[in-house]
This record gives sequence, structure tokens and C-alpha cells, in this order.
Amino acid sequence: MPDNKERIVIVGATSAIAEHCARLWVKEAVVDLTLVGRDLGRTERVAADLRVRSPQSVIRVLVADFLAPLAISQLVDGIVAEGPVHIVLIAHGSLSDQVICQQDLIACHEALTLNGISPVLFAEAFVGYMQKANCGTVAVIGSVAGDRGRKSNYIYGAAKGLIARYVQGLQHRLAGTGVKVVLIKPGPTDTPMTAHLKQQGAPLARAEDVARCILKGIRQGKPVLYVPGKWAVIMMIVRHLPNIIFNKLEI
Amino acid sequence: MVAVSSWGRLGSWEHEVRTLSDREQVAGQLKNSRSGLAYGMGRSYGDVCLNPKGVLWNTTGLDRFLSFDKNTGRLVCEAGVLLRDIQRLVIPLGWIMPVTPGTQLITVGGAIANDVHGKSHHVFGSFGDHVQRIKLIRTDGTTIDCGPDLLPAWFAATVGGIGLTGVISTAEIQLRRVAGPWLDTETVPYANLDEFFHLADDSEADWEHTVSWVDCISGGGGRGLFMRGNPSEVGPRLEPKGRELTMPFVPPVSLVNRLSLCLFNLAYFNLKKWQAGRSIVHYEPFFYPLDNLLEWNRMYGPKGFFQYQCVVPPEVGREAIQAMLGEIVRSGDGSFLAVLKTFGNRESVGMLSFPRPGVTLALDFPNKGDRTLKLFARLDAIVRETGGRLYLAKDARMPRDLFEAGYPRLAEFLQYRDPGLSSALSRRLLGS
Repeated sequence: MPDNKERIVIVGATSAIAEHCARLWVKEAVVDLTLVGRDLGRTERVAADLRVRSPQSVIRVLVADFLAPLAISQLVDGIVAEGPVHIVLIAHGSLSDQVICQQDLIACHEALTLNGISPVLFAEAFVGYMQKANCGTVAVIGSVAGDRGRKSNYIYGAAKGLIARYVQGLQHRLAGTGVKVVLIKPGPTDTPMTAHLKQQGAPLARAEDVARCILKGIRQGKPVLYVPGKWAVIMMIVRHLPNIIFNKLEI
Repeated sequence: MVAVSSWGRLGSWEHEVRTLSDREQVAGQLKNSRSGLAYGMGRSYGDVCLNPKGVLWNTTGLDRFLSFDKNTGRLVCEAGVLLRDIQRLVIPLGWIMPVTPGTQLITVGGAIANDVHGKSHHVFGSFGDHVQRIKLIRTDGTTIDCGPDLLPAWFAATVGGIGLTGVISTAEIQLRRVAGPWLDTETVPYANLDEFFHLADDSEADWEHTVSWVDCISGGGGRGLFMRGNPSEVGPRLEPKGRELTMPFVPPVSLVNRLSLCLFNLAYFNLKKWQAGRSIVHYEPFFYPLDNLLEWNRMYGPKGFFQYQCVVPPEVGREAIQAMLGEIVRSGDGSFLAVLKTFGNRESVGMLSFPRPGVTLALDFPNKGDRTLKLFARLDAIVRETGGRLYLAKDARMPRDLFEAGYPRLAEFLQYRDPGLSSALSRRLLGS
């Protein structure tokens, strides 16, 4: 009976953080989980793994074009038509190459759309239904990169900053309702997306630990969640550095 | 480039680390690469998992299950899945891995490539005995499916093939039934090697798991504690809550030294002797006693440590082990994880597998440079004379002639090697 299972939707389910969140969710309880991805094969491989980990859970797979507003709208309508959604985790993104984005406007456009506009469209599509039902949680993965623009990744950072401002407005709109909106800002995490950072010897958080913090934050309905928590302090310092110092930093 | 070390921490070397996370893309990743090696948890002690200045393909992102049939106990998973995650998934469903080594924090791929063994060797053989299928990806981009009944030569080359026949992407493993997570165990102190061999012989038929800790410092070497266990249908209702501790830093000198060892061995032997007897124990502390002490390898200080593990044939086992313990006692550089176990009377599946009939001794030594290497040369002489062999997963220094003498199927193995794969060990012992 799907009615008594918590219904969770993950957009960008093949991202390492999202996949670890899904593993924790199915470990905690029998759930009804819908995985939305761009690549059917990869999303199916993630789903097969989750079915082994939790044979009683319902795991569905959907694919969509993440850059097409109409496709997003139809996809979400379809998901909601099957019953109310309790949690939506919007996790997709790709760490774009700053140098390429500066030279190639097509790459720049795609980075901004995929990392900024697309997550907003997904959230907006779900949140209307949730507001009507007056319950549910929307969690969006932003980034510490969105807190202050830096020369090394400001295109990606600008897209993530867009998400932050969007979530802020959404939280304002939904204050006092039963719908919660959570913005998650992971620091650099050990995932395929950051493999090149690891190559440079940067210390990275484990995706599994980040996922654990995210689940806890979602459960508590925290408005903004830095993971690991130390990034709240680091980014407060970064945000408040005077330009005269900040502009001299190679970050 | 990233500095990578193996579990022995004898040094760290620059590697180009690439992450494998989608099994369908592995062939493409291998094809467009210079010479590399699959790397999982880095739990092998010496240089079998290293490829200095070359590529390491990190397989820990290949950590998905494909299927598990709870009626037949057949599990299919990617090569980067940890044995711990399998145990935690299948034991509540009434299944368990028949063979696991002293740590469960290793990948399936590493367990196959080193054909690891455990306390159950005399009953279940080595890890490779339970693998039904391997999907092997070669650096030319081709894929080979092999198993005991499909391309058996490829299978025998890959099990224990130290990662040199291709990169394992998925494997199918046959599990065995078990009632629950509990073991009925017994600890029996022994005073000398005669008593050890007696206990080992006596336990082989009735006990599924046997192992022993041997004190190679006090009492002339040879006293110890024999531990044996069988799956138990009953146990306390509550499972122990695993508490993880991490060795937080690398001490400036090894904490394992002559003084600490004497004290430790004296205390350990006498405390355990006092607690000897039967008890019901959870499988995790019984099989993996050190897994809750994360990064315990740091205890040996900045120079790291060697592990020496040999197996000698049964007919000369008693004398050879006595002679080796004698050398170690004389050197004063004894080991705190000294493990003695008899293997069952069976040859392994893999061409380069370590287990064979006989008795195996495993020891840790803090790296004291020349002095330690000289002790190893004396131990090597005993192994060579008895026709034994050393374990590649532990080795960082064995001479090539000892390797060639210990592994008679080497020439056969070489036909299956992938020329695009190389490790520090393969360059040291195979010349490329």
C-alpha cells in the first residue's frame, strides 16, 4: 500500500550526494522513492542498487530534459498525479569549468541554466502542489560557492547564488504554512564532480557523511544547512572579508 | 598528482588518481589511459596496490549492488562494494559471506584480486572459491566474463591475479546460510607449538573458524591463544553498538617497540587466559577485531611497518614455524599481531593465490630499515628451504627468486596479463 509510505522524489538522482541520501532513506524506512535523472541507464543502475538494499521500498525511475521548462512541468504534474509528495530533493548540477565558461558563451549559458534555472523550475513546479496540500519539504542543493563570487568559479557560483536568493523568497512566501524549504550548501565533497580537486590534493568531505547531515537537516526543516557544519563559519569569514583583502586572494 | 600510500605506510608516492563511478563507462576510461592499476581501499600492506607515477583507478565509487536473490544467496555487485556493506545487508536476511579476512573494510575487487582468506579456510577455502562470475574489463576496451564454468583459465588468472589481468567491474558471489550474527566461540590458551598443532588438528572437523594469536616474545616463543568459533543460532537480543575510534595522528616514533610489546603480550596472554572458555560473540568483533580502531596503522609511526606472511607445507610446518619464531625471539623485534593458522588441505583456485595446504604465520614489524630486512632474509631462508611462499598482498620486499619458487603457476599466469596494467609489485617481481 503506497499510501502509508513516505513519498520522496529525488531530482538528479545519479549525483553522488543524492545517491547516498537515497541509500540512507531506504535504510531508515520502507519508502516510495522516485528517481529523476537525465540518463536512463545510469538512473536505472542507481535504482537497481536501491531495490537490493530495500526490497520492500517502491523505486521508480523517470528521465527528463532538465533544461526544458515544459518537460519539467509535465514531469512534475505526472509525479504529483500519483499522490502527494512528502519530500523533494533537488540535487542536480555540474561543476562547470570557469575558464571554458569565460571563453564560450554556450558553455556559460548551459552552466547557468543547469545549475541555477533548472533547479528553480523544479522547485517551483513542486511547491505549488505542496502549498495546496499545506505539507511537504523541498530541499535544494546549493553550494558554498554561491555565498560570494570568486574568480575561480563565479559562473557556477552565480547559478548557486541564484538558487539561494530564490529559496529565500520561497521561504518568505511559505512562512507560516506547512511547507518547509531547505537550502543545503555542501562544501567540497568527494564525488566524481570534484575528482579534479582531489587530484590537487584538496581535503574533501565524504559523500556519505554529507548525505547524513542532509537527511538530518531535512527532518528538522532547517532553512539553511551548511555541510559539513564548519563551512558556515568559513563562509561567514569569506563573506565579510573586505575587498581590499579579498581581491588579493587566489581563491 | 596525489601522494598515495598502502596500509603499511612505508612511504607515499605520487599517483594520478582517477575515479571510476559508472561501470558502463569504465571500458572507455581504461582505453584512453596510460598504464594504470585498480585501487580500492588500499588495505594491502606493501606495493601490490601502488603504481608510482602512474594511474590509479579508484574503484570505491563502483559501490552498487545489482541483485540479490534471498532464496539462493546469489549476490551480484560492483567491484568497489565493501565486504562490510555486504555483511550488513545479507546477515539480517539469513546469509553471510563464507570467507572474509581480518578486516571487512575492503572492496570485493580487492578481495578477488588478492584471493583473500580467513579463519574458515579449512572449511570454505579462499574468497575465490565463492565467486561465480567476474566481469573483467581490459585496457583495450574489451570485456571478458569468466567464472569456474566459463573461461576457467581467465577466472583462475584473475582470482589472486593482483589486478593485472584487467579491472574487475562486477562480480557474482555465492553466500551461505546463517542463522544470525552470533558465534559460539572458545578461547584456549596453549603453551607451545605442539599444543597448537594438537588444537588445530582437533578443531578442524568441528569448528568452522579457527585462528590463533601467538606470543613471539615471551616464553621462548610459541605460547598463545587458540580461538575457534561456530555460527550460533542463539544470542543476546541486542547487537553491540559499534564504537569507532580513530588513531588521531602519526606519533613521531613507533608506539610498537620492544618494551610496549613485552607489556602488551604479557597482559594480553594473561588476561585472555583468565577469560578463556566459551562465549557467544557478535561476528564483527570476532572476525574484525581492529575495524573499530580506524587508522590503527598509524601506531607504527612515520616509518610505517612491514607485514610478513608465509605459508609452509604441512609436513615441515612444526619445525619451520619453530625456527621462524626462534629467529624472531632472537631479533627482539617481535610483532604484536602475530597470527598462526593451519590451512585446509586444498589448493586454491587462482594461479597466484596464496593459500595452499600447510600452516601460515603472519607478523607485523615496525620498519627499522636494514635490521628488519636482515631478519626477513633469515625468515626467507626458512620459507625457501621448506618450499613455502609469501603472501603478495602483504609483501613489499621479497626477492624475485623466492617469488618464482613459491608460485609455480607464474608462467601460465603471464599469458593472461593485461599489458596496460602495472603495479610497483609487478615491476619488482615480474619485471614490468
